[in-house]
Amino acid sequence: MALLDVQDLSIDIGGIKPLDSIGFAVDKGETLGIVGESGSGKSLTALSIMGLLPLIGGRVERGSIRFDGMELTRLPEPDYRRLRGRRIAFITQNPMTSLDPVIRVGEQIDQVARLHLGLSGSAARRHSIEIMERLRIPEAATTYHNYPHQLSGGMKQRIVIAMALAANPDLIIADEPTTALDVTIQAQIVQILGELVREKGVALILITHDMGVVAQACDRVVVLYAGRVAESNTVSAIFASPRHPYTQALIGCIPRNAMERGSLVGIPGLVPSVARYPAGCRFHPRCTRSESLCEREVPVLERLASGAEIACHVADKHEAAHA
Amino acid sequence: MPSLSPLVTIRDLNKIFESRKGLFGEPRRMTAVNQVSLDIPRGQVTGVVGESGCGKSTLARLVLRLLEATSGSISFDGVDLLKQSHGAMRLLRRRMQMVFQDPYSSLDPRYTIADALLEPFKVQGIRLTTAEARQKVEALFAMVGLDARFAQNHPHQLSGGQRQRIGIARALALEPDLMVLDEPTASLDVSIQAQIVTLLEKLKHELGLTYLFISHDLNLVRYFSDRIVVMYLGRIVEILPDAKAAPRHPYTQTLLDSTFAPDPTQRRDISRLTGEIPSPYNLPQGCAFAARCRHARPDCLSRRPVLETRSDGHAVACFHPLT
Repeated sequence: MALLDVQDLSIDIGGIKPLDSIGFAVDKGETLGIVGESGSGKSLTALSIMGLLPLIGGRVERGSIRFDGMELTRLPEPDYRRLRGRRIAFITQNPMTSLDPVIRVGEQIDQVARLHLGLSGSAARRHSIEIMERLRIPEAATTYHNYPHQLSGGMKQRIVIAMALAANPDLIIADEPTTALDVTIQAQIVQILGELVREKGVALILITHDMGVVAQACDRVVVLYAGRVAESNTVSAIFASPRHPYTQALIGCIPRNAMERGSLVGIPGLVPSVARYPAGCRFHPRCTRSESLCEREVPVLERLASGAEIACHVADKHEAAHA
Repeated sequence: MPSLSPLVTIRDLNKIFESRKGLFGEPRRMTAVNQVSLDIPRGQVTGVVGESGCGKSTLARLVLRLLEATSGSISFDGVDLLKQSHGAMRLLRRRMQMVFQDPYSSLDPRYTIADALLEPFKVQGIRLTTAEARQKVEALFAMVGLDARFAQNHPHQLSGGQRQRIGIARALALEPDLMVLDEPTASLDVSIQAQIVTLLEKLKHELGLTYLFISHDLNLVRYFSDRIVVMYLGRIVEILPDAKAAPRHPYTQTLLDSTFAPDPTQRRDISRLTGEIPSPYNLPQGCAFAARCRHARPDCLSRRPVLETRSDGHAVACFHPLT
């Protein structure tokens, strides 16, 4: 059984249903990428796992989220509070939303260890500096005393990662953790997250719109479109032989090395807003291969022998013997 | 008309910003653009790439004289821009236009889209009859691939991609020769980015436009540009004569190593990337990249390398370039 197993998850926010039967699993030492355009439901998936939907007036309508054997959808709030930050950590896109501007960054890391691990003041401080050093924050003992505004964007994001690590979590959910950063800094953060997964066996959910980051860092990928899973597979299979027309189109949008000019193909149209999801397959108005069946019937998510999953009426579901 | 001469010739351009740390603090000087010399050839895409604080957006604004340069010269089709009066500049601006990163903040929310597209004519004192105005708006909508039924809508009713099409249409209204594109797709989803880039390519062919294309995304710049200018902390460190040329400056190589390909078989070794961009207020005496450079030797710390151009047009500012 995987560390986190999400099945058939649907949520409701004030009568609209932005996630419909989402499912995926992630295990220790594994990185799962959740990709899709704005409005595909990536961040709502993270909020659902964190049990934070009530904050935005939402609730789980159906389905299950099992974490280490516990059913999170029925977990009382006090128990959830012991889980959040301790066993499941969350890293957001903008580090300033997670950092208190008037508290020294080191003390903010201390707070996590004091609250969740019950460390005393000096032990918490040693613990924090050790984590900062592991994240290659230069002069950690000095930086410990800085305020967030004294640090660069990349350093602030390292502090947020240090806070996430302070209670030795089993699962880290990182929502666009590098989007606001310069590319050379982004690469260092991706490297650090990769080391945590490999060396500490953390399970990592990396939510991103950047297919380059996915290709670099993930083991498995879930492609979301308009609140549903379009396709999920291993990272090598997703890029080598994407099956869903949306996955194919999404990869075709990205300029890559040695690509001839004029060969970039956009996806016509827009992701529909949640109030105006089309009937049938939600991608069909933008799909170059859609047939009349796609306009009428919702494609079910089929699980192939290799473990790949795909929800499409027209995609090739044949699997070669060597696959 | 000497069609082979560059459309824009920039020589020894400098922009120094002064600021004060607090009301009574010491004035601080920051050289955002430092001794930049650059030709923008007609009908080509000159790409400028770099990270935050490298001066790329300042350079874009200097070229259109939206910011006044501290020293240096800019010649536009033989005219010395920095010596022009405001009235003469206004006339010249018909021939040079800019597309901004965030079209939302460059469109007045109270204007209809048609008003926004007609504003350039008003600013230039060009009177249009009602019929001419309607024709112009329809032609501009067609040019950027938007349905003319949006004409009476307001900016907030459009998606980000549609707004950027309006930003491009407005820049095209006065039939310019030069378009300065400052991160035109940075706030858009990849599928929409691909649509916009494809549109920009089409317009360039149809209208014979010259582009100065500013971006932080090396993959996108390599896809879109004929020539690539790499900036670091206000200076040009390398000019690649074509998009496929191998980098010779270690910083360009670092940018390339940090840029992930959407292909898991081409994962990058990013374990050696370290360091942050130094503060632009406190630049080192030697090469600004030396502190982060794996190839740096003692001379890099004491002297600053100048940009030297080889016969093939490849220019690099480095004492120990990669071969």
